[in-house]
Amino acid sequence: MNENEKVTNIFLSGVGGQGAILASNILAEVFLNSGYDVKKAEVHGMAQRGGEVTTHFRFGKKVYSPLIKHGDVDFLVSFELLEAIRYINWVKPEGRVIINNQMVFPPAVNLGLREYPKDVGETFKKYFKGNAYIINGQDIAKNLGSLQSANVVLVGALSSFFPGLKEELFLEAVKGLLASKLHDLNIKAFYEGKKAMERKD
Amino acid sequence: MKKQIMQGNAAIARAASDAGVKVAAAYPGTPSSEILRDIANTYPEIFSEWAPNEKVALEVASGASFAGARALACMKHVGLNVAADPLMTLAYTGVKGGLVILVADDPYSHSSQNEQDSRHWTRFGKVPMLEPGDSQECYDFVKIAFDLSEQFDSLVLVRSETRVSHSDTVVEFGERVEPAEPAGLDRKEWQKYVMVPMNVRAARIKVEERIRKLEAFADEFKHNKMELKDTKIGFISSGVTYNYTKEIFPEWSSLKLGMVWPLPKKMIAEFFEKVEKVVIVEELDPFFETEIRAMGYKPFRGKDVIPVMYELSPDIIEKALKGNEYREPETRVKPEDLPRRPPNLCAGCSHRPLFYALNRLGAFVFGDIGCYTLAAAPPLSAIHTTVCMGAGVAQAHGAMKALGKEALGKVCSVLGDSTFLHNGLTPLMDIVYNKGNATTIVVDNRITAMTGQQEHPGTGFTIKGEPTYMVDYEQIGRALGVKSIRNVDPYNIAETMEVLKEEMDKDEPSLVLCVDAPCVLLRREKKQFEYTLYAIDEDKCRGCKICLNINCPAISWHEGAGESTDGHKRKGTVRINPDQCVGCRVCQQLCKFESIKPVKKSQ
Ligand code: SF4
Ligand code: SF4
Repeated sequence: MNENEKVTNIFLSGVGGQGAILASNILAEVFLNSGYDVKKAEVHGMAQRGGEVTTHFRFGKKVYSPLIKHGDVDFLVSFELLEAIRYINWVKPEGRVIINNQMVFPPAVNLGLREYPKDVGETFKKYFKGNAYIINGQDIAKNLGSLQSANVVLVGALSSFFPGLKEELFLEAVKGLLASKLHDLNIKAFYEGKKAMERKD
Repeated sequence: MKKQIMQGNAAIARAASDAGVKVAAAYPGTPSSEILRDIANTYPEIFSEWAPNEKVALEVASGASFAGARALACMKHVGLNVAADPLMTLAYTGVKGGLVILVADDPYSHSSQNEQDSRHWTRFGKVPMLEPGDSQECYDFVKIAFDLSEQFDSLVLVRSETRVSHSDTVVEFGERVEPAEPAGLDRKEWQKYVMVPMNVRAARIKVEERIRKLEAFADEFKHNKMELKDTKIGFISSGVTYNYTKEIFPEWSSLKLGMVWPLPKKMIAEFFEKVEKVVIVEELDPFFETEIRAMGYKPFRGKDVIPVMYELSPDIIEKALKGNEYREPETRVKPEDLPRRPPNLCAGCSHRPLFYALNRLGAFVFGDIGCYTLAAAPPLSAIHTTVCMGAGVAQAHGAMKALGKEALGKVCSVLGDSTFLHNGLTPLMDIVYNKGNATTIVVDNRITAMTGQQEHPGTGFTIKGEPTYMVDYEQIGRALGVKSIRNVDPYNIAETMEVLKEEMDKDEPSLVLCVDAPCVLLRREKKQFEYTLYAIDEDKCRGCKICLNINCPAISWHEGAGESTDGHKRKGTVRINPDQCVGCRVCQQLCKFESIKPVKKSQ
């Protein structure tokens, strides 16, 4: 397969209610309007009730399968630490990882039966070196005034890997998919996410 | 036309509108639920409704069809079992306006009680079935299905599945057909529609003729596509499975079946002639394979290597067909070492205290389909069966008849409001009629919660949000002959336990209604709690973990040996996450040491 036909695989993971679906909808608009074929598949059985949510997102000249092959992920974007490490084996060795620094305890952890994984960030740094980015999306969003916008912070962060995409397309998608009273907030969130990637830590 | 990215279900809704559908009915069920929601929200020219069950949905749609209008019924795979009764006979009557059933399968059972393959219904019912593989095909095939329905005077099934219904892919729309005025009901056509034996026998001949005509059509159908490339090897597939195979083996030849029944026999013959080795890749059952083998062909590979259960994916197909060539990715962390994240009842959900009460009473609970199934897992552990809608009510009755008096006080059934209306009334009638004594508990959260908040006859609103008559469960219970009907506030645990005990002990049928317990996600009926937030007084908490037994997502355990201020040793304390707590006060009723208190929510 030549470079031209290459399909890029983005895997989003999180907990029901964190806005992973909205984030993938923004990506879909942007890549479609940039002339790519796009396919995406969500899994959210009973996710509104705090279960895991994943989205397979793929773009390229022509995309067949909506599902990404195990081990073929180019970008892992996770809204939560445990949901990031759960999919660590899906990422290609040279893949990139963006993780929101937030913990949401699953029932077994709440009940004190299991431990929440430690040092998720360190584990990712070990395997992906400089390609693992831990973002304080939660704090950034809180400072902007709404926890809900952490998902757009992550979209902003991811966008910095695609300098060829027009920034307006992201802004248009945010405006198209969110209620107008949320536009300003989320546009700020997008830029803050982008900025977070410039900081080296 | 501009390209759009669209969910499969949304594309189906758009296709219904563009095909000129006049009536659409459904009972919600994942992964099919968004279709009717989108029709109701986006295409006002279609009369749309949530029916109390799939059988009714199909019956409503067929009525419209008999009147000459195009009509759609949508359901999930298990819903088609409920609608099987009218389905099998509508296959005989045929249609007037195009009649399409959209059935969405759920391989891997992401959110279903079984994994059945709906393709069997197409052969069983002797009606054709189309199967789209992405949103574009969802749009195209649904429109085609209406044309075929009228052309062949047949109900047409369109089978989607989770990966098609819930994937978003690119769609370009075609032309919209203006709906013709329905021709209307014609009393002279009674022989077509009245299935008395004399007419059945005539219809029976037509059914066979029709399927033969459809067979011939299948060989011409342009969405049964042969792509000849490398002819040493090729696959037969349909739906999303085609896309998976194409992903892995772009250089292979392929026969993609857009129509999965009847099969294009000539095309299949031609494919076997031209391709040396034919591999059949299909999700779930060996449906094509059995048929193709029966035609006398020998596929090179099929269900001998492709799994018969769960969902397929590109890597499963690659592994099955390439064997060792498949490179397992590096294992960096073993996923089984991580805590799982199963869904849980929401913080503040009214089911939580009810199931806590049932657990404390030691009841055997015949459950049903809905959010409350989540109470089966520990620590609530208070649902002991889940079969299908309405089953629990009848099962409790059967079990109590089997066990006699010793079951008194120990058995009950629980089902939701929507489920009760779907199929709970008939078994309740049966309990009364046959002198049973089972207790039926209806958890009325005033919405079809699990599938994402759909209205039903007990909510007081139609699919469009218009106010309408609201079913009175108490009156229904009385009409069915139940004498002992009780209302209970599930948030009051002590009172709930008392009422349940009394009713379960009674040697007569009882109906217990959980009132003022709307789903906490339901905006319209946002439950007002006295306080919006509870917190743990960490000075007092003794770390007894009793409050953890309700499994509220807002409460968590925090290890750390120490002492409460009144001098009790403890291994840790619990905490309440203020972002998640909604103030239902359930945990406070459990804490013996008064260490859970209402607080003011800051913000
Ligand atoms: S969605 Fe509603 S009914 Fe279901 S668990 Fe949450 S609060 Fe309870
Ligand atoms: S009051 Fe207690 S049980 Fe209710 S939501 Fe808050 S923490 Fe959970």
